[in-house]
Amino acid sequence: MIRGVAAVLIGAALSVSVIAAEIPSSERKSGYDLMAREIRAMQDDDTANPGMLSVLDGEALWTRKAGTAGKSCADCHGDAQSSMKGVAARYPAFDAARGRPIDLEQRINICRADQQKATPFAFESKDLLALSAYVGRQSRGMPIDIPDDPRLKPFLEAGRDMFNQRQGQLNLSCAQCHNDNWGQKLAGAVIPQGHANGYPMYRLEWQALGSLQRRLRNCLVGMRAVSYALGAPEYVDLELYLMWRARGMPVETPAVRP
Amino acid sequence: MARALINVPAKAKRGDIIEIKTLISHEMETGFRPDNTGKLLPRDIITDFVCKYNGQEIFRAELYPAISANPFFTFTTVATESGTISFEWSGDNGFSATESAKITVE
Amino acid sequence: MMTSNDDKPYATRRRFLIDAAALAGGVSLALTTVPASATPESMRGAIRKVLGEASAKKGKVKIDLPPLIENGNAVALTVSAESPMTAADHVKAIHVFTEKNPQPNVVSIHLGPRAGRASVSTRIRLADSQKVVAIVQMSDGSFWSDELEVIVTLAACLEGV
Repeated sequence: MIRGVAAVLIGAALSVSVIAAEIPSSERKSGYDLMAREIRAMQDDDTANPGMLSVLDGEALWTRKAGTAGKSCADCHGDAQSSMKGVAARYPAFDAARGRPIDLEQRINICRADQQKATPFAFESKDLLALSAYVGRQSRGMPIDIPDDPRLKPFLEAGRDMFNQRQGQLNLSCAQCHNDNWGQKLAGAVIPQGHANGYPMYRLEWQALGSLQRRLRNCLVGMRAVSYALGAPEYVDLELYLMWRARGMPVETPAVRP
Repeated sequence: MARALINVPAKAKRGDIIEIKTLISHEMETGFRPDNTGKLLPRDIITDFVCKYNGQEIFRAELYPAISANPFFTFTTVATESGTISFEWSGDNGFSATESAKITVE
Repeated sequence: MMTSNDDKPYATRRRFLIDAAALAGGVSLALTTVPASATPESMRGAIRKVLGEASAKKGKVKIDLPPLIENGNAVALTVSAESPMTAADHVKAIHVFTEKNPQPNVVSIHLGPRAGRASVSTRIRLADSQKVVAIVQMSDGSFWSDELEVIVTLAACLEGV
């Protein structure tokens, strides 16, 4: 299988343009626009969207007391529908204490450790995905809005560099597929522009809800490049860049994708 | 208990055909997937789904491994009277889940 | 770096991929335990179990599936049958089968006149490009059928292959 994919990817790499240019904002399309009608219908209907099952789990977790502090998210944040509105749309956000941006999952775990005095959730665990899906859902429809914060700049640049840099055995960059060849086919599947506008998302390939980091690891494995451990700062830098790249596009969490 | 999402209209006119949508969280492990060592993971699926309207069966499904994870069904029924529409899922390893929704029929 | 909980693709699809890779690269790969897959014969056997001695006529039931499927893990299927759905004349059951999934049965639906309409939607797994068959049983004991060929494509970057 990998040989087959390698052959196709090498073919694609040979035929792509040398300069990887950013997609002009008028041409930006969500993965939603590139999917089949039936899968779009699955995302649009809250009672058909399998990601909503995780959102419901997250809603239950929101009010559950945890840790030695015996507090729930609701105890500090009240009703998520108002307090969390717009939050996911501006993550990853700069964390002054850590001097760098953190993503939503890290933010949730920081609250868990510092405020609830509970063990942080494992990355990609059912509970962490449920909470980030629930919080993300509260921003659905709102435009992604990474602020013009000078403190974010070096990390944004690091993420941009990673996106544009060739890597792995196939010597491909993210930009070559997702900026230059979006809309074309790779092994029978349409290449999306790769916007991080619907995470965590229900991917039919996974038959489960998963995070952006899971998806990035898939890509890196597919490209035969080194993938980092879950929670690595490289992923957060890349996510910051991807969210900046998708600025203005509406949040679709929980999205459904093939 | 497994998480389920039900969509039943709260109100309907007598004689109307209403649409019911159900979604339940379940991995539907087929029994055909190998684990890391190549050994087949044992089957673990929902096998039966029954919907009753004030106790009378109006829809029943026998599920096989070919039903996707997080089984989803959309079906119809005639709104005959006010009451309770109940849902019951059962399957391998003693799996059991129930949900219900109220409907007002005028 | 692969972790131990990477998902494995659906077993039959993996076999299809291994076969495809072997054809493409001329490489012989050791196969892990591979379950038997349905054949047109086993599908016919499963259909025969439903029909008994009767035969099914083409018509009155329609399968709705996208002709080109992006991912075989959750394919939207609707089966609908023409019927007044009265006590005297209604659809009693809808059975769906596939030719190449590891097992031929997909789902069996039991309805009655209270359904109002004989139309059911669900999401199914399709392991390969193949034929899907629906058999409908009417209250008068007659059987009707429809079949559809679909093409299933694969994701480009598969996890844990």
